[in-house]
Amino acid sequence: MTALPSISLAHPGALIAAVFTPWIAAGILLLIGFFASYLTALSWADLTFVLPATAFGNVIVALISRFWLHENISILRWSGIVLITLGVSFVAQSAPLTEHPEPATAEHPTATEAETR
Amino acid sequence: MTIPLPPLPLASTPNPWLATAMIAAIVITSTTGEVLTAAAMKSIGDLDVIRARSGIFGAIRAVITCPLFFAGVFFLALSFFSLLLALNHLSLSLVAPASASLTLVTNAIAGKIFLKENVDRRRWAAAVLVCIGVYLLAH
Repeated sequence: MTALPSISLAHPGALIAAVFTPWIAAGILLLIGFFASYLTALSWADLTFVLPATAFGNVIVALISRFWLHENISILRWSGIVLITLGVSFVAQSAPLTEHPEPATAEHPTATEAETR
Repeated sequence: MTIPLPPLPLASTPNPWLATAMIAAIVITSTTGEVLTAAAMKSIGDLDVIRARSGIFGAIRAVITCPLFFAGVFFLALSFFSLLLALNHLSLSLVAPASASLTLVTNAIAGKIFLKENVDRRRWAAAVLVCIGVYLLAH
């Protein structure tokens, strides 16, 4: 976006045009891909499992900026990377989904449950 | 993206109460959105199973016919706009780490209370460690 001429609220059409710029279009497609994968993960795992796990993306961004873009990473940021990695390894050891014993579903199993049985 | 706006008096002297309120608005709306979206996906069921049965469009239909999902997306959008509002008044180095890391902890609390998720000691540790880690990394 910073490569484009600045967009003012007086010309909202420029925002629509920006959507079709190759880099922005690619970014939007990847964001849609992220959201679809995120929703799929939420459909079979707990929120408290998925959220810390997706935070690992921050670590990947930092490592890419270090080794590809040759940016400097301070000691504080390295410790952040270590903490996130530790946290994700903790959450990865727990069961992804909390099982709720629901007597109602035993009598009327949903389509999903009937399929998995 | 730069949207020229008239300079706000706040930008020069950020009132700590207003800054707290703006970050709280981001955290509350985003937590509400995440919990509603997670509840919607749990009510829909395993998307992989639905896709195996009725194809990718069946899975998409299952998601977009769920009112709870749109309630969640509404709050996530609200959270995005409160983020933009906060960025308009406060510096990025304050807003980004504060909102990203606080959301992890509030989501662990909300997940335990509203979604009845089994947040054991390991998950609390994960939420806190990732929270501090994200703060350090984004700062």
